[in-house]
Amino acid sequence: MSSIEIVRAGALTTCQDAGRPGWAHLAVPHSGAADKPAWKQANQLAGNPPGACALETTLTGCAFRTYRDVTVVVGGAPCPVTVDDVPVAWGQPVKLPANSVLEAGAPTAGVRSYIAISGGLYPKAVLGSHSTCLLSGLGPAPLRQGDTIPLGPAPARPPYETQWPTPWPGMPAELVLPLHLGPRHDWFSPDSVAVLSRETWEISEHSNRVGLRLTGPTLRRVNEVELPSEGIVTGAVQVPPDGLPIVFGPDHPTTGGYPVIGVVGHEAMAQAAQARVGTPVRFVPLPPPAWSEQGRYAPARRSGTDEAWADT
Amino acid sequence: MDNDDTFRPQFTPLPAGPRGLLIECGTAEAASACYQQVQQHRRSGALDVTDAIPGATTVLLDGVEDTEALAARIRNWAIEQTAREATGHVEIPVLYDGPDVADVAHMWGVSPAEVPDLHSRITYRSAFCGFMPGFAYLEGAPSELHVPRRSSPRTRVPAGSVALAGPWCGVYPRETPGGWQLIGTMVGSRPLFDPTAEPAALLAPGTTVRFIPAVPTRTANEEGNGR
Repeated sequence: MSSIEIVRAGALTTCQDAGRPGWAHLAVPHSGAADKPAWKQANQLAGNPPGACALETTLTGCAFRTYRDVTVVVGGAPCPVTVDDVPVAWGQPVKLPANSVLEAGAPTAGVRSYIAISGGLYPKAVLGSHSTCLLSGLGPAPLRQGDTIPLGPAPARPPYETQWPTPWPGMPAELVLPLHLGPRHDWFSPDSVAVLSRETWEISEHSNRVGLRLTGPTLRRVNEVELPSEGIVTGAVQVPPDGLPIVFGPDHPTTGGYPVIGVVGHEAMAQAAQARVGTPVRFVPLPPPAWSEQGRYAPARRSGTDEAWADT
Repeated sequence: MDNDDTFRPQFTPLPAGPRGLLIECGTAEAASACYQQVQQHRRSGALDVTDAIPGATTVLLDGVEDTEALAARIRNWAIEQTAREATGHVEIPVLYDGPDVADVAHMWGVSPAEVPDLHSRITYRSAFCGFMPGFAYLEGAPSELHVPRRSSPRTRVPAGSVALAGPWCGVYPRETPGGWQLIGTMVGSRPLFDPTAEPAALLAPGTTVRFIPAVPTRTANEEGNGR
């Protein structure tokens, strides 16, 4: 066992693995890597087992020193990578000798780079996961200069040989989000679906791992009763009273008090995790499944629930 | 529910994405029965989902393989009684020293000295968790004791604060902003959320809760009220 030491933490660098599914009934967010395909691929190329904990950087990269020989893959958002100030390959396994410093710079596209280190990171696990959760404060705190993080034993499987091209996905210049309507799409005016499919939003600067806040057209409700708190899935698009949608990311709260007009699937959420502030966002509304129209509650049936509360 | 024999909730599954189902139960009572049914099916292996999240009148299932098939099953669930399984019982000592005791007493139409007695005679039950790990929405207060949230939320509510809002009572596991009416402070060292404990949340859904006025407060009150 050995460790890495953070030399430059960047704007926000966290430890992320698959997160904490299965605890949402205790109000524990799922958390985990925001761009799961990129995280998985970085681990795979580094020879790590699936599920290994890696670094997730945000917009400005990070730098660290290693205290044993490791193989490192910097993937996700493409960025310049150096070892002791000498340029090395992005998206490829790089051998890093003990006591050298790897620097991942600011990405040229996208938001989040993933740095997988052979052996994986082993900060203290909480509820079976090494992931940092910004909302609940569970898991290791966001990393700071001087922090050391233990490494796991070197993996039995050797890292992949360097090989071009590696199939990293491109970063979105425009975000197109397929939106599965429901569960509360019928709380919105009939023209809202038309608005969703026709208009364009932008990612606001108030976006983070909890959610992408969007600016643009507002969605209007027809059912104004207060929604009693109910569970939320990742990718849910919640519409607060101002009518501007919020797309919930990995650190989202487990329950909410505003109606969810639809849910973005996991594949598109990985793209969403790489979309920068100002990126145009369009939705592709997908009709709710036919089974859901049977025996559906009319919104009027939900009156008399004004005593329930959205949050504290 | 006065008569268990007549309790036949209608469960309506609604779509919540490709792998989610939100079960609309209509009432808090039915949601509680539905959550128990879900947990029973998960334990027996008849239901495989990643997460089951009770809400105020709903239960959300996440990580569902075949939402259509499960939706059809749920519509046919028949629950004819609400015998609640004992998920656990917790007693929480409280100092009734919150800054909103006088306001709450005014809304209840009683004197501040009567607030501890009225609050602690209720057996609460954790309906669901939300807001932050370990924060439980406790149901059980009769409607005449429901109070609105504060018109302006506090930027800082101390950890351990015992608070009321609408039909709910709650205890804040951590310091946070919050708009509930603060009536007291939990005493003692049992954490509301401890990831190494089983369950990690002291007030996991289904747990019954009694608040016990802490002795120092009662003594202080008696001394204060002594003539």
